[in-house]
Amino acid sequence: MAELNQDSGGDKKGGKIRSKKAGGRVDLTAMVDLAFLLITFFMLTTSLNKPNAMDVAMPDKNEDDPEDRLEVADNRTMTLLLGSNNKIEWYMGTYSEPIEGPEIVDYGKDGIRPILLDKLEEVPQITGDPEKGLIVVIRPSEKSTHRNLVDILDEMNIVEAKQYTIGTISEPEIEVLERDGIYND
Amino acid sequence: MPRAKVKRTSTTIDMTAMCDVSFLLLTFFILTATAVQPEPMPVDTPASVTQVKVPDENFALITVGDGGKYFFTIKGRDIRSRALELMSEKYSIPFTAEEKKEFAIMETFGVPMGNLKEILAMDANDRVRQGLQPGIPADTTKEVSNQLFHWIYSARVATKELKDEEMRLSIKGDADEKYPAIKGVIDILQSQEVNKFSLITGLRSEDF
Repeated sequence: MAELNQDSGGDKKGGKIRSKKAGGRVDLTAMVDLAFLLITFFMLTTSLNKPNAMDVAMPDKNEDDPEDRLEVADNRTMTLLLGSNNKIEWYMGTYSEPIEGPEIVDYGKDGIRPILLDKLEEVPQITGDPEKGLIVVIRPSEKSTHRNLVDILDEMNIVEAKQYTIGTISEPEIEVLERDGIYND
Repeated sequence: MPRAKVKRTSTTIDMTAMCDVSFLLLTFFILTATAVQPEPMPVDTPASVTQVKVPDENFALITVGDGGKYFFTIKGRDIRSRALELMSEKYSIPFTAEEKKEFAIMETFGVPMGNLKEILAMDANDRVRQGLQPGIPADTTKEVSNQLFHWIYSARVATKELKDEEMRLSIKGDADEKYPAIKGVIDILQSQEVNKFSLITGLRSEDF
Protein backbone atom coordinates (compact mmCIF):
# COMPACT_ATOMS: atom_id res chain seq x y z
CA MET A 1 0.00 0.00 0.00
CA ALA A 2 2.62 2.45 0.99
CA GLU A 3 5.09 2.03 -1.83
CA LEU A 4 5.09 4.26 -4.84
CA ASN A 5 3.40 3.10 -7.98
CA GLN A 6 6.27 2.55 -10.25
CA ASP A 7 5.82 0.73 -13.44
CA SER A 8 8.50 -1.86 -13.17
CA GLY A 9 8.13 -2.80 -16.79
CA GLY A 10 9.73 -6.14 -16.12
CA ASP A 11 6.77 -8.45 -16.17
CA LYS A 12 5.05 -7.50 -19.35
CA LYS A 13 4.57 -10.99 -20.43
CA GLY A 14 0.96 -11.50 -20.98
CA GLY A 15 -0.07 -7.93 -20.79
CA LYS A 16 -3.27 -9.05 -19.23
CA ILE A 17 -2.56 -9.33 -15.57
CA ARG A 18 -1.93 -5.79 -14.47
CA SER A 19 -1.18 -4.88 -10.93
CA LYS A 20 -3.97 -2.64 -9.76
CA LYS A 21 -2.77 0.91 -9.46
CA ALA A 22 -3.53 2.56 -6.18
CA GLY A 23 -4.74 6.16 -6.63
CA GLY A 24 -1.50 8.12 -7.05
CA ARG A 25 -3.28 11.44 -7.26
CA VAL A 26 -5.31 13.11 -4.62
CA ASP A 27 -7.51 16.00 -5.60
CA LEU A 28 -5.79 18.93 -3.92
CA THR A 29 -8.20 21.63 -5.09
CA ALA A 30 -10.15 21.79 -1.86
CA MET A 31 -6.97 21.81 0.18
CA VAL A 32 -5.50 24.67 -1.85
CA ASP A 33 -8.76 26.57 -1.51
CA LEU A 34 -8.66 26.23 2.22
CA ALA A 35 -5.00 27.18 2.42
CA PHE A 36 -5.57 30.35 0.43
CA LEU A 37 -8.56 31.27 2.51
CA LEU A 38 -6.45 30.99 5.64
CA ILE A 39 -3.59 32.94 4.04
CA THR A 40 -5.96 35.76 3.18
CA PHE A 41 -7.32 35.76 6.69
CA PHE A 42 -3.92 35.91 8.34
CA MET A 43 -2.63 38.51 5.92
CA LEU A 44 -5.53 40.84 6.59
CA THR A 45 -5.59 40.39 10.35
CA THR A 46 -1.87 40.99 10.82
CA SER A 47 -1.79 44.34 9.08
CA LEU A 48 -5.22 45.69 9.91
CA ASN A 49 -5.23 44.83 13.56
CA LYS A 50 -2.55 47.28 14.53
CA PRO A 51 -3.90 50.60 15.78
CA ASN A 52 -2.48 53.88 14.59
CA ALA A 53 -0.49 56.28 16.71
CA MET A 54 -1.02 59.99 16.30
CA ASP A 55 1.93 61.96 17.56
CA VAL A 56 1.30 64.90 19.82
CA ALA A 57 3.88 67.35 21.07
CA MET A 58 2.93 69.49 24.03
CA PRO A 59 4.69 72.74 24.85
CA ASP A 60 7.16 72.56 27.70
CA LYS A 61 5.54 73.45 30.99
CA ASN A 62 8.36 75.70 32.12
CA GLU A 63 7.53 75.67 35.81
CA ASP A 64 10.68 77.55 36.77
CA ASP A 65 9.90 80.73 34.95
CA PRO A 66 6.21 81.12 34.14
CA GLU A 67 6.74 84.71 33.06
CA ASP A 68 8.99 83.65 30.20
CA ARG A 69 6.48 83.59 27.41
CA LEU A 70 6.52 84.21 23.75
CA GLU A 71 4.29 87.05 22.69
CA VAL A 72 2.49 86.51 19.43
CA ALA A 73 0.41 88.92 17.44
CA ASP A 74 -3.34 88.78 17.90
CA ASN A 75 -4.01 88.70 14.21
CA ARG A 76 -2.13 85.42 13.88
CA THR A 77 -3.81 83.44 16.63
CA MET A 78 -6.97 81.51 16.17
CA THR A 79 -8.49 79.94 19.24
CA LEU A 80 -10.72 76.91 19.05
CA LEU A 81 -12.83 76.22 22.12
CA LEU A 82 -14.08 72.66 22.13
CA GLY A 83 -17.49 72.61 23.73
CA SER A 84 -20.09 69.94 24.32
CA ASN A 85 -22.49 68.48 21.71
CA ASN A 86 -19.59 68.13 19.23
CA LYS A 87 -19.40 71.87 18.59
CA ILE A 88 -16.44 74.21 18.28
CA GLU A 89 -16.47 77.91 19.02
CA TRP A 90 -13.70 79.77 17.29
CA TYR A 91 -12.40 83.32 17.28
CA MET A 92 -9.38 85.25 16.12
CA GLY A 93 -7.37 87.34 18.56
CA THR A 94 -8.39 87.55 22.20
CA TYR A 95 -11.73 86.55 23.69
CA SER A 96 -12.41 90.02 25.08
CA GLU A 97 -11.81 91.76 21.78
CA PRO A 98 -12.07 89.14 19.09
CA ILE A 99 -11.00 90.29 15.63
CA GLU A 100 -13.40 87.81 14.14
CA GLY A 101 -16.03 85.57 15.68
CA PRO A 102 -16.82 83.98 18.02
CA GLU A 103 -18.76 81.58 15.89
CA ILE A 104 -20.05 78.09 16.55
CA VAL A 105 -19.21 75.45 13.96
CA ASP A 106 -19.19 71.68 13.61
CA TYR A 107 -16.28 69.33 13.07
CA GLY A 108 -15.33 67.95 9.70
CA LYS A 109 -15.25 69.08 6.13
CA ASP A 110 -18.38 71.24 6.26
CA GLY A 111 -17.58 72.81 9.62
CA ILE A 112 -14.18 73.98 10.72
CA ARG A 113 -12.14 72.94 7.68
CA PRO A 114 -13.09 75.71 5.22
CA ILE A 115 -12.50 78.32 7.95
CA LEU A 116 -9.08 76.89 8.76
CA LEU A 117 -8.07 76.71 5.12
CA ASP A 118 -9.27 80.24 4.63
CA LYS A 119 -7.27 81.56 7.57
CA LEU A 120 -4.16 79.59 6.64
CA GLU A 121 -4.11 81.44 3.37
CA GLU A 122 -5.16 84.81 4.73
CA VAL A 123 -2.85 85.24 7.72
CA PRO A 124 0.52 85.24 5.87
CA GLN A 125 -0.90 87.93 3.58
CA ILE A 126 -1.93 90.09 6.54
CA THR A 127 1.43 89.73 8.29
CA GLY A 128 3.24 90.08 4.99
CA ASP A 129 5.66 87.31 5.86
CA PRO A 130 5.16 83.74 4.63
CA GLU A 131 7.03 82.52 7.72
CA LYS A 132 4.48 84.10 10.03
CA GLY A 133 1.49 81.93 9.44
CA LEU A 134 -1.53 81.02 11.47
CA ILE A 135 -1.15 79.78 15.04
CA VAL A 136 -4.01 77.62 16.21
CA VAL A 137 -4.66 77.27 19.91
CA ILE A 138 -6.88 74.33 20.80
CA ARG A 139 -8.62 74.68 24.14
CA PRO A 140 -10.70 71.67 25.05
CA SER A 141 -13.30 72.34 27.73
CA GLU A 142 -14.22 69.83 30.40
CA LYS A 143 -17.37 68.94 28.52
CA SER A 144 -15.62 67.93 25.34
CA THR A 145 -14.75 64.30 24.68
CA HIS A 146 -11.59 62.54 23.67
CA ARG A 147 -13.08 62.06 20.22
CA ASN A 148 -13.35 65.84 19.82
CA LEU A 149 -9.67 66.26 20.67
CA VAL A 150 -8.57 63.58 18.21
CA ASP A 151 -10.87 64.99 15.54
CA ILE A 152 -9.46 68.48 15.83
CA LEU A 153 -5.85 67.24 15.89
CA ASP A 154 -6.69 65.17 12.85
CA GLU A 155 -8.09 68.29 11.22
CA MET A 156 -4.76 70.01 11.83
CA ASN A 157 -3.04 67.19 9.96
CA ILE A 158 -5.54 67.35 7.13
CA VAL A 159 -5.24 71.09 6.54
CA GLU A 160 -1.48 70.89 7.22
CA ALA A 161 -1.46 73.56 9.87
CA LYS A 162 2.16 73.99 10.92
CA GLN A 163 1.70 75.64 14.26
CA TYR A 164 -0.86 74.45 16.71
CA THR A 165 -0.92 73.79 20.39
CA ILE A 166 -3.20 72.37 23.03
CA GLY A 167 -3.87 74.88 25.75
CA THR A 168 -5.89 75.16 28.93
CA ILE A 169 -9.25 76.82 28.82
CA SER A 170 -9.75 79.89 31.01
CA GLU A 171 -12.74 80.92 33.11
CA PRO A 172 -13.96 83.73 30.78
CA GLU A 173 -13.81 81.35 27.84
CA ILE A 174 -15.97 78.82 29.68
CA GLU A 175 -18.43 81.65 30.22
CA VAL A 176 -18.47 82.26 26.48
CA LEU A 177 -19.29 78.60 25.93
CA GLU A 178 -21.98 78.69 28.62
CA ARG A 179 -23.53 81.77 27.08
CA ASP A 180 -23.75 80.06 23.71
CA GLY A 181 -25.20 76.90 25.22
CA ILE A 182 -22.47 74.44 24.31
CA TYR A 183 -21.30 73.67 27.82
CA ASN A 184 -23.73 70.93 28.79
CA ASP A 185 -23.21 67.41 30.02
CA MET B 1 -12.09 11.09 -45.17
CA PRO B 2 -11.39 10.63 -41.53
CA ARG B 3 -12.94 12.97 -39.14
CA ALA B 4 -10.59 15.60 -37.73
CA LYS B 5 -9.96 14.71 -34.15
CA VAL B 6 -10.21 17.42 -31.56
CA LYS B 7 -7.37 16.95 -29.21
CA ARG B 8 -8.59 16.63 -25.68
CA THR B 9 -6.64 18.53 -23.10
CA SER B 10 -6.52 17.21 -19.62
CA THR B 11 -8.85 19.03 -17.26
CA THR B 12 -6.92 18.23 -14.12
CA ILE B 13 -3.99 20.42 -13.15
CA ASP B 14 -1.28 19.27 -10.85
CA MET B 15 -1.99 21.08 -7.62
CA THR B 16 0.93 19.75 -5.63
CA ALA B 17 3.27 22.70 -6.14
CA MET B 18 0.54 25.22 -5.54
CA CYS B 19 -0.45 23.42 -2.38
CA ASP B 20 3.16 23.45 -1.20
CA VAL B 21 3.53 27.16 -1.80
CA SER B 22 0.25 28.08 -0.19
CA PHE B 23 0.98 26.10 2.93
CA LEU B 24 4.42 27.61 3.16
CA LEU B 25 2.88 31.07 3.07
CA LEU B 26 0.22 30.02 5.52
CA THR B 27 2.85 28.82 7.96
CA PHE B 28 4.72 32.09 7.57
CA PHE B 29 1.66 34.20 8.29
CA ILE B 30 0.60 32.12 11.24
CA LEU B 31 4.05 32.39 12.79
CA THR B 32 4.39 36.12 12.24
CA ALA B 33 0.88 36.90 13.47
CA THR B 34 0.85 38.23 17.00
CA ALA B 35 -1.73 36.72 19.23
CA VAL B 36 -4.26 39.26 20.38
CA GLN B 37 -4.27 39.39 24.14
CA PRO B 38 -7.61 39.90 25.81
CA GLU B 39 -7.86 43.30 27.44
CA PRO B 40 -9.30 43.83 30.90
CA MET B 41 -10.93 47.05 29.71
CA PRO B 42 -11.74 47.22 26.01
CA VAL B 43 -12.06 50.76 24.70
CA ASP B 44 -13.46 52.19 21.52
CA THR B 45 -10.77 54.45 20.13
CA PRO B 46 -11.62 57.49 18.01
CA ALA B 47 -10.68 57.49 14.33
CA SER B 48 -8.12 59.59 12.51
CA VAL B 49 -6.41 59.71 9.12
CA THR B 50 -3.00 58.99 10.69
CA GLN B 51 -1.29 56.02 9.07
CA VAL B 52 1.58 55.59 11.52
CA LYS B 53 1.44 52.24 13.28
CA VAL B 54 2.27 51.75 16.93
CA PRO B 55 5.75 50.41 17.64
CA ASP B 56 6.27 46.89 18.99
CA GLU B 57 8.93 47.51 21.58
CA ASN B 58 10.05 50.14 24.07
CA PHE B 59 6.47 51.08 24.29
CA ALA B 60 3.93 51.65 27.03
CA LEU B 61 0.28 52.43 26.82
CA ILE B 62 -2.06 54.19 29.21
CA THR B 63 -5.63 53.18 28.59
CA VAL B 64 -8.34 55.56 29.73
CA GLY B 65 -11.92 54.43 29.73
CA ASP B 66 -15.01 53.52 31.69
CA GLY B 67 -15.39 56.94 33.30
CA GLY B 68 -11.77 57.78 33.97
CA LYS B 69 -10.19 54.45 34.92
CA TYR B 70 -6.51 54.15 34.14
CA PHE B 71 -4.93 50.92 32.94
CA PHE B 72 -1.26 50.52 32.14
CA THR B 73 0.33 48.32 29.49
CA ILE B 74 4.06 47.72 29.19
CA LYS B 75 5.43 45.85 26.18
CA GLY B 76 8.35 43.51 26.77
CA ARG B 77 8.72 40.99 29.57
CA ASP B 78 12.13 42.12 30.77
CA ILE B 79 10.99 45.73 31.07
CA ARG B 80 7.87 44.67 32.95
CA SER B 81 9.92 42.65 35.43
CA ARG B 82 12.33 45.50 36.04
CA ALA B 83 9.50 48.01 36.43
CA LEU B 84 7.89 45.77 39.05
CA GLU B 85 11.17 45.55 40.96
CA LEU B 86 11.44 49.34 41.00
CA MET B 87 7.84 49.70 42.11
CA SER B 88 8.26 47.06 44.78
CA GLU B 89 11.16 49.02 46.24
CA LYS B 90 9.27 52.28 46.04
CA TYR B 91 6.17 51.00 47.80
CA SER B 92 8.01 48.49 50.04
CA ILE B 93 5.84 45.63 48.86
CA PRO B 94 7.95 42.51 48.34
CA PHE B 95 6.92 40.07 45.64
CA THR B 96 7.74 36.37 45.48
CA ALA B 97 9.55 34.88 42.49
CA GLU B 98 6.28 33.25 41.48
CA GLU B 99 4.44 36.56 41.47
CA LYS B 100 7.20 38.24 39.50
CA LYS B 101 6.99 35.53 36.89
CA GLU B 102 3.25 35.97 36.70
CA PHE B 103 3.62 39.73 36.34
CA ALA B 104 6.10 39.33 33.49
CA ILE B 105 3.43 37.69 31.35
CA MET B 106 0.64 40.08 32.33
CA GLU B 107 0.63 42.81 29.72
CA THR B 108 -2.13 45.09 30.99
CA PHE B 109 -3.25 45.76 34.51
CA GLY B 110 -5.30 48.32 36.36
CA VAL B 111 -5.13 47.78 40.11
CA PRO B 112 -3.66 49.76 42.99
CA MET B 113 -0.30 48.46 44.27
CA GLY B 114 -1.93 46.98 47.35
CA ASN B 115 -4.23 44.78 45.27
CA LEU B 116 -1.62 43.65 42.77
CA LYS B 117 -0.97 40.41 44.66
CA GLU B 118 -4.62 39.42 44.48
CA ILE B 119 -4.69 39.90 40.74
CA LEU B 120 -1.43 38.00 40.27
CA ALA B 121 -2.84 35.05 42.20
CA MET B 122 -5.78 34.85 39.83
CA ASP B 123 -6.10 32.83 36.68
CA ALA B 124 -5.26 34.74 33.50
CA ASN B 125 -8.80 34.31 32.20
CA ASP B 126 -10.42 35.62 35.37
CA ARG B 127 -8.19 38.67 35.39
CA VAL B 128 -9.63 40.11 32.23
CA ARG B 129 -13.18 39.93 33.50
CA GLN B 130 -14.69 43.34 32.95
CA GLY B 131 -15.20 45.58 35.93
CA LEU B 132 -12.90 43.49 38.09
CA GLN B 133 -9.88 45.76 38.04
CA PRO B 134 -10.68 49.22 39.43
CA GLY B 135 -7.93 51.15 37.63
CA ILE B 136 -4.64 52.59 38.83
CA PRO B 137 -5.05 55.49 41.26
CA ALA B 138 -3.74 58.82 40.01
CA ASP B 139 -3.76 62.43 41.12
CA THR B 140 -1.88 65.59 40.32
CA THR B 141 1.02 65.21 42.78
CA LYS B 142 4.35 63.47 42.52
CA GLU B 143 3.81 61.62 45.82
CA VAL B 144 3.33 57.88 46.31
CA SER B 145 -0.43 58.35 46.10
CA ASN B 146 -0.04 59.04 42.41
CA GLN B 147 0.63 55.44 41.48
CA LEU B 148 0.19 55.93 37.74
CA PHE B 149 2.96 58.52 37.82
CA HIS B 150 5.34 56.04 39.45
CA TRP B 151 4.39 53.18 37.15
CA ILE B 152 5.15 55.31 34.12
CA TYR B 153 8.34 56.54 35.71
CA SER B 154 9.50 53.02 36.65
CA ALA B 155 8.76 51.72 33.17
CA ARG B 156 10.78 54.56 31.68
CA VAL B 157 13.69 53.93 34.02
CA ALA B 158 13.54 50.20 33.20
CA THR B 159 13.62 50.90 29.47
CA LYS B 160 16.54 53.26 29.88
CA GLU B 161 18.46 50.71 31.94
CA LEU B 162 17.83 47.69 29.76
CA LYS B 163 17.58 49.10 26.26
CA ASP B 164 19.31 52.46 26.67
CA GLU B 165 16.46 54.05 24.78
CA GLU B 166 13.73 56.50 25.59
CA MET B 167 10.42 54.76 26.10
CA ARG B 168 7.59 55.79 23.84
CA LEU B 169 4.31 56.48 25.55
CA SER B 170 0.85 56.48 24.16
CA ILE B 171 -2.57 57.31 25.44
CA LYS B 172 -5.40 55.08 24.36
CA GLY B 173 -8.59 56.82 25.30
CA ASP B 174 -12.17 55.83 24.80
CA ALA B 175 -13.82 58.09 22.23
CA ASP B 176 -16.56 59.15 24.63
CA GLU B 177 -14.26 59.76 27.56
CA LYS B 178 -14.46 63.35 28.81
CA TYR B 179 -11.42 65.52 28.34
CA PRO B 180 -10.42 65.94 32.04
CA ALA B 181 -9.61 62.21 32.27
CA ILE B 182 -7.28 62.49 29.29
CA LYS B 183 -5.90 65.75 30.60
CA GLY B 184 -4.98 63.93 33.82
CA VAL B 185 -2.68 61.60 31.92
CA ILE B 186 -1.20 64.39 29.82
CA ASP B 187 -0.41 66.31 33.02
CA ILE B 188 1.29 63.28 34.55
CA LEU B 189 3.39 62.85 31.41
CA GLN B 190 4.27 66.53 31.37
CA SER B 191 5.26 66.49 35.02
CA GLN B 192 7.90 63.91 33.97
CA GLU B 193 8.88 66.15 31.09
CA VAL B 194 7.47 63.80 28.52
CA ASN B 195 6.18 66.35 26.07
CA LYS B 196 6.00 64.03 23.11
CA PHE B 197 3.64 61.14 23.13
CA SER B 198 1.00 59.74 20.86
CA LEU B 199 -2.70 59.13 20.89
CA ILE B 200 -3.93 55.75 19.74
CA THR B 201 -6.58 55.96 17.08
CA GLY B 202 -8.32 53.70 14.66
CA LEU B 203 -8.34 54.25 10.94
CA ARG B 204 -10.93 56.64 9.65
CA SER B 205 -12.96 55.07 6.91
CA GLU B 206 -15.85 57.46 6.44
CA ASP B 207 -15.58 60.73 4.56
CA PHE B 208 -14.62 63.20 7.23
